[in-house]
Amino acid sequence: MAKTMQNKGGPGARLNEKMAELTDTVQSSQAWNSIFRPGSIFRKGYTDSPRNRSYVIMNSVLYHLHPVKVKRHAVKVSYTLCLGGLSFFLFILLTVTGIFLMFFYRPTAAQAWNDIYALQTSVTFGLLVRNMHRWGAHLMVLSVFLHMARVFYHGAYKPPREFNWVIGVVLLLLTLLLSFTGYLLPWDQLALWAVTVGTNMMGYTPVFGNQVRFVLLGGAEIGSDTLLRWYVLHVLMLPFVIVIFMAIHFWRVRKDGGISGPL
Amino acid sequence: MTEIPEHLRKRAEEAKAKAAAKAAEGAPAEAAPAPAAEAPAAAGDSKIPAHLLERAKAARAKSAGGGAEASGGGGTAVATAAAPAAPVASGPPLAAGPGGHTQRLLTVVKSGSIQDVKASPQDKVHVWPHLLSIEFVAALFCLSFLLVFSIFVNAPLLELADYNKTPNPSKAPWYFLGLQEMLTMFHPMVAGVLLPGIGMGGLMLAPYIDRNPSSKPEDRKFAISLFTIFMMACATLTIIGSFFRGPGQLFIFPWAEGLFFEL
Repeated sequence: MAKTMQNKGGPGARLNEKMAELTDTVQSSQAWNSIFRPGSIFRKGYTDSPRNRSYVIMNSVLYHLHPVKVKRHAVKVSYTLCLGGLSFFLFILLTVTGIFLMFFYRPTAAQAWNDIYALQTSVTFGLLVRNMHRWGAHLMVLSVFLHMARVFYHGAYKPPREFNWVIGVVLLLLTLLLSFTGYLLPWDQLALWAVTVGTNMMGYTPVFGNQVRFVLLGGAEIGSDTLLRWYVLHVLMLPFVIVIFMAIHFWRVRKDGGISGPL
Repeated sequence: MTEIPEHLRKRAEEAKAKAAAKAAEGAPAEAAPAPAAEAPAAAGDSKIPAHLLERAKAARAKSAGGGAEASGGGGTAVATAAAPAAPVASGPPLAAGPGGHTQRLLTVVKSGSIQDVKASPQDKVHVWPHLLSIEFVAALFCLSFLLVFSIFVNAPLLELADYNKTPNPSKAPWYFLGLQEMLTMFHPMVAGVLLPGIGMGGLMLAPYIDRNPSSKPEDRKFAISLFTIFMMACATLTIIGSFFRGPGQLFIFPWAEGLFFEL
């Protein structure tokens, strides 16, 4: 980059020379080389070679969810529509925005609504982040559902991928539960009555319906205990469980021979 | 690159030094390797059947004009030496037997009879940059859409939850509105527990019920029809429950009586 800016002689050239020298010194330092592993584009003398292309994937904790190479049809956007990846991306986005929201929220009937209101009116970017969290959640339910439809229409649940499909259905259920537990937290009229309707339906489970409802609500009716219970489910327990299932899901994609073949 | 272990490198260096010393020693006797190579060929002479020798001679005479020809084509592994090809050009070699043979043909092994021939190599591309760049752009689109949408559309926050004020209608979150819609048609146990249970159970068991190994759409018309009907039913019920149900869960037209729907 420094070379392209070079002009004939003058102080500019000298400055560029100094910059190049500095870049060289920094990039050859032990600290720099210990941080950026082979294949990193920030390493000295990075070239676009097949070996470095492999290293980019192998030497990155995030990218190595992927294999080094994939079948050519797998990179066509029209095959996957990126739905699985986007579901994962939305999950990360929801985690980030959710952590932000946790700083301003107390899960008690007396404070929950006021906290949300204060978040929207007096916290910098509070309204925006809450909007992103809510719309992102709806979008994730939609993208997970569409991902399932895509997989079905490609017949990608067939052997050897049967069990990964089952894990996928569990992930869909967990996504719905995450969304539903988050629905109560604003503690407004919408939250209270939507959850009332939802949990009343669960109460009709044969034999132990009332027990299921009692455990979920932390009482006979929705109240402050329910709020705490669903808060813990929403921010801790369900994310913990869904991360485990996601890890298995992604791992099985690789173990079952990568993305399903062309039709 | 893999690093060579220290002890192996040392051993290799020693061996190299030894070989160099030996070569220096044997330099005066230049012809030494030739007789050594000739010996086994001579020993093998008597064991070659006469008619095979004759046939080979004839074949060699025939192809002498053609010069060096590659052996072992057509998917067969032929145990002939490449060596006989070279002497054709430059007279009988030092290491050649009577017919110019240095080795005998033992057997011809068809490929696949011993080795398990793996599937032919697939057309693959590097994940970096081909897939990662697409994923990056998709994530960027998703993020920018969510951001812009969140700037312009606010998440709902109704008034504080009030047990004494039941809104009419009270609706569940949108992804449960299909179930709530079924409540108007069936007993709550059927609509709220049995049918969704069958739906989810059926989805999970789909790969074990559908034994059809083909993933081509034309081979699985029944499965695709069934799934499409399932999806359409879910969508229709959800849309009716969302937009076509007003106060008292009565059927309304949204364009006539307005929307009773909150996300």
